[in-house]
Amino acid sequence: MSRARADEEEYWHSSKFRAFTFDDEDDELSQLKESKRAVNSLRDIVDDDDDDLERVSWSGEPVGSISWSIRETASSSTSSLEGQDSSLQKGSSSYAAFPKQASSYSLSSLFKGKVSPMQYGLPQESLSDTGVKNYAPELRRPKGEYKDYSSDWSPKDTVIRMQRGKVCSLERFRSLQDKLVLLDEAVAGHDGNVITAVLIFLKRTLRREILFRELEVRQVALCHLIYFLKETGEQKLLLDLLRFLDRTEEVALSQYREHLNIQDVEKRREFLKGCIGLPFSAEDASHIQDHYTLLERQIIIEANDRRLETAGQSEIFRKYPRKASILNMPLVTTLFYSCFYHYTEAEGMFSSPTNLKKTFKIPDKQYVLTALAARAKLRAWEDVDALFTTKNWLGYTKKKAPIGFHRVVEILQRNNAPVQVLQEYVRLVEDVETRLNLATKYKCHDVVIETYKDLKDRMQLTAYKCKVERGSAEEEKINSILNNMVRKH
Amino acid sequence: MAAHLSSGRVNLTALREAGRRELREFLDKCAGSKAIVWDEYLTGPFGLIAQYSLLKEHEVEKMFTLKPGRLPQADVKNIIFFVRPKLELMDIITDNVLREDRGRSPQRDFHILFVPRRSLLCEQWLKEQGVLGSFIHREQYSLDLIPFDGDLLSMESESAFKECYLESDQTSLYHAAKGLMTLQALYGTIPQIFGKGECARHVANMMIRMKREFPGSQNSIFPVFDTLLLLDRNVDLLTPLATQLTYEGLIDEIYGIQNTYVKLPPEKFAPKKQGEGGKDLPTEPKKLQLNSAEELYAEIRDKNFNAVGSVLSKKAKIISAAFEERHHAKTVGEIKQFVSQLPHMQAARSSLANHTSIAELIKDITTSEDFFDNLTVEQEFMSGIDTDKVNNYVEDCIAQKHPLIKILRLICLQSVCNSGLKQKVLDYYKREILQTYGYEHILTLNNLEKAGLLKPQTSGRNNYPTIRKTLRLWMDDVNEQNPNDISYVYSGYAPLSVRLAQLLARPGWRSIEEVLKMLPGPHFEERQQLPTGLQKKRQHGENRVTLVFFLGGVTYAEIAALRFLSQMEDGGTEYVIATTKLINGTSWIKSLMEKLEPAPF
Repeated sequence: MSRARADEEEYWHSSKFRAFTFDDEDDELSQLKESKRAVNSLRDIVDDDDDDLERVSWSGEPVGSISWSIRETASSSTSSLEGQDSSLQKGSSSYAAFPKQASSYSLSSLFKGKVSPMQYGLPQESLSDTGVKNYAPELRRPKGEYKDYSSDWSPKDTVIRMQRGKVCSLERFRSLQDKLVLLDEAVAGHDGNVITAVLIFLKRTLRREILFRELEVRQVALCHLIYFLKETGEQKLLLDLLRFLDRTEEVALSQYREHLNIQDVEKRREFLKGCIGLPFSAEDASHIQDHYTLLERQIIIEANDRRLETAGQSEIFRKYPRKASILNMPLVTTLFYSCFYHYTEAEGMFSSPTNLKKTFKIPDKQYVLTALAARAKLRAWEDVDALFTTKNWLGYTKKKAPIGFHRVVEILQRNNAPVQVLQEYVRLVEDVETRLNLATKYKCHDVVIETYKDLKDRMQLTAYKCKVERGSAEEEKINSILNNMVRKH
Repeated sequence: MAAHLSSGRVNLTALREAGRRELREFLDKCAGSKAIVWDEYLTGPFGLIAQYSLLKEHEVEKMFTLKPGRLPQADVKNIIFFVRPKLELMDIITDNVLREDRGRSPQRDFHILFVPRRSLLCEQWLKEQGVLGSFIHREQYSLDLIPFDGDLLSMESESAFKECYLESDQTSLYHAAKGLMTLQALYGTIPQIFGKGECARHVANMMIRMKREFPGSQNSIFPVFDTLLLLDRNVDLLTPLATQLTYEGLIDEIYGIQNTYVKLPPEKFAPKKQGEGGKDLPTEPKKLQLNSAEELYAEIRDKNFNAVGSVLSKKAKIISAAFEERHHAKTVGEIKQFVSQLPHMQAARSSLANHTSIAELIKDITTSEDFFDNLTVEQEFMSGIDTDKVNNYVEDCIAQKHPLIKILRLICLQSVCNSGLKQKVLDYYKREILQTYGYEHILTLNNLEKAGLLKPQTSGRNNYPTIRKTLRLWMDDVNEQNPNDISYVYSGYAPLSVRLAQLLARPGWRSIEEVLKMLPGPHFEERQQLPTGLQKKRQHGENRVTLVFFLGGVTYAEIAALRFLSQMEDGGTEYVIATTKLINGTSWIKSLMEKLEPAPF
């Protein structure tokens, strides 16, 4: 495509008209072809792997089953399959672990036939008209109309012929007026294939300013060109076009999207830095700024931690080796990481959780949730306790959780916290019903018993007796409460 | 093989036959023995048109999947690539062709079959790589509408919605119009066309234009369809976002149905026989085809999942009773009769076993706390409760890093049910998502905004309550076992799209003009003239046949709702459904997400 791009530069500046053809005598092209061939024949010598392709076959099964039925096919091998066992084995084993089918494709946009065959001059072209025929009788035209391809077609006829994949020359549309009529006809036909074909022709034969100006008043064609430029990766022209149209936010996003193609983190960071000044919406701009800052921090943290880990002197890294690098991870994951490995660090350190919280204005809720999960995973119950302890100005301590203690309990439970730890927080759940539910669910007997005691619910308390162990301290407790309640009456 | 296609009101076998004919003609053009190299994505849709036996009859000896590297050593005269016109596939083909051993004899001929259309761009790409000249035949196979079942057609174009609403690329609409022309050529001109939405308008225009451009041709087929209803997906963005609650809908939501096939975890399908079991449990997913050819499936697929269990147990009783019959068979004649029924009974038994296993798998999920919580929130949104503030459950899900698509489905649903979110709410969600899942998702959020799924409330007016009330989208008294309204498919929510179809049939759209104006895009009616001989004289009590075409995708629950309407005793209308793609909320949102990783090759 790079060659094509170079070509286009030339076309834009020299407004010379050129037929839109595939000219096989093109010097540059044949040279390219030569060198490609040479390179490839070399490649053949270098790595000679025959069985690279998986063999697939059917045994009268529906086509849909080819991807999965290989194994069956292999066992019931028909004559055509014999002597291919080794490659079959290979095929089937790699298919066993083949989860992608639809999902991987649905992410990529199916690139629909953008452009219809307008290839002129190649002999087989004129013979293969039938490839586009419609079997529907209503759509079929008299045979005679297929034959001639004189160059006198009106714009409308040209478009109709192109829709049917017929040979057609666009070269004769020389004046701007003619070209625009052609484009309008193509748009009226709604066939994206044809519209894009005409656009490629215009793109090659019109000066950029004229093309942009005319497309501005032709929204459908404009959309097609934008899509086309995106698909073929002609980023520069795309950005110029969007800038011309004053669609600045789109320019910004489109440019930002490019960072996904940059693998090297340093380069990616540099690129993101360059994105900061782009004309995003106010809201997006702050996110992009954050994205840059985050990657910048991650690079520092990663370098530091990798060193620590390899040195083997830091206990936390020895005990819990890192599973993956922190580069390019989301903010919350980074926060978790820092709560896990760098919890006690002073705020001045880039890797400290408090620093991250401040820099990215992470809301309290989010911070507490993440820190809780990280510290619970390490079974650092004291840290967990500290997370919810606040001191008032008189020095009294109080337990407070911005996320609600029922959530705290759930997270602790998921991290297999012991009952002693768990019940401390179950006790703090304000809503009585939720508290009872959680306490019952996680077998925090003391909390259940106390709650029923407070509720003066003899019946429930008696019923609960069968849930605790015979002769246990809990049973004793229930008995004594029940006795006390009696005495009061 | 294709009996299920002729079971409906319209015999769709003819459409399949037309597709097969075209395929045969192409294959015969490449004389001699052949190997087909498949674009993996196409094998599914092609499987619904033809079997291997057809290809074999036309000298297809080998088949490979498209992959970079050297092509296998198959001793055939022709190598044919069956591919979608995608640039990355062209790169693979180029690699294949360039690695072909030029010295081999005899030389193999290369051909390309583009599905559904040739593309100049792809051919130009091949030319730049210097391989275009290597292909003798470069043709297209217009696989427009593929018959999926007796009343269901799909184009299986996964990006149609994205192209129409994000890129403003109407190519898939052109294909839809072409598919409809083909359909009319086979089943007669459709006299009445109704539509709602921009895309619907375009398709109708194209159909009229195409008809005009072939003035000489006269269709002399008696029309099978009375009405065509074209519906834009963006007229009803709500329905696909909600979790489908029919049996088939849930199978699709949980496991994903691809080209009528589903792959299921194998554990529940382990062989029950003693001695064999336990030895080696199957590790590969169990694959089943799901269509109306299977009697039991046809009966239960459109039911609310809560009504499936009772049908299955009733069937189980009938089948065991039938097997018990053998004890009563005394005479030779009776035994003979029993034996003759045995294959049918055994098929019924294995079908029952399969669906019992599937129902168990689904039940594990539908009875989970999270499924319940999720559904509760969905239903709150759809009935208009608390749609204008940040939802606690959504917040919790983000904090617990539930799959991003689930989050997006919920907030899009909230946005649609509130005619857009308050700016503050939207900003809050956005921030949470970007911080938790990564800033690059800003691109996806942007796409969703462009498609109208997620947006700030601009007008300050929320139209949804009016629409909900007028179209009776929320029904409090829903009967899941013996439904009396389409709302059973979502246990309370009646899909807007299907409501529009229902109201069109009776009493007509004039009664809902006001609401139609609130929904995006124009609504319209067109008539296509029929020659006098072909005008239908309806028998008394004969149902009308309406083709509903969903532009941008349709869910299984919507299909179930339309089938429910077809079966209503005094309904008066039977429906055939066509679409650009069978979708569910997950696959739909996925198609709108920015691809974040570069292609694997």
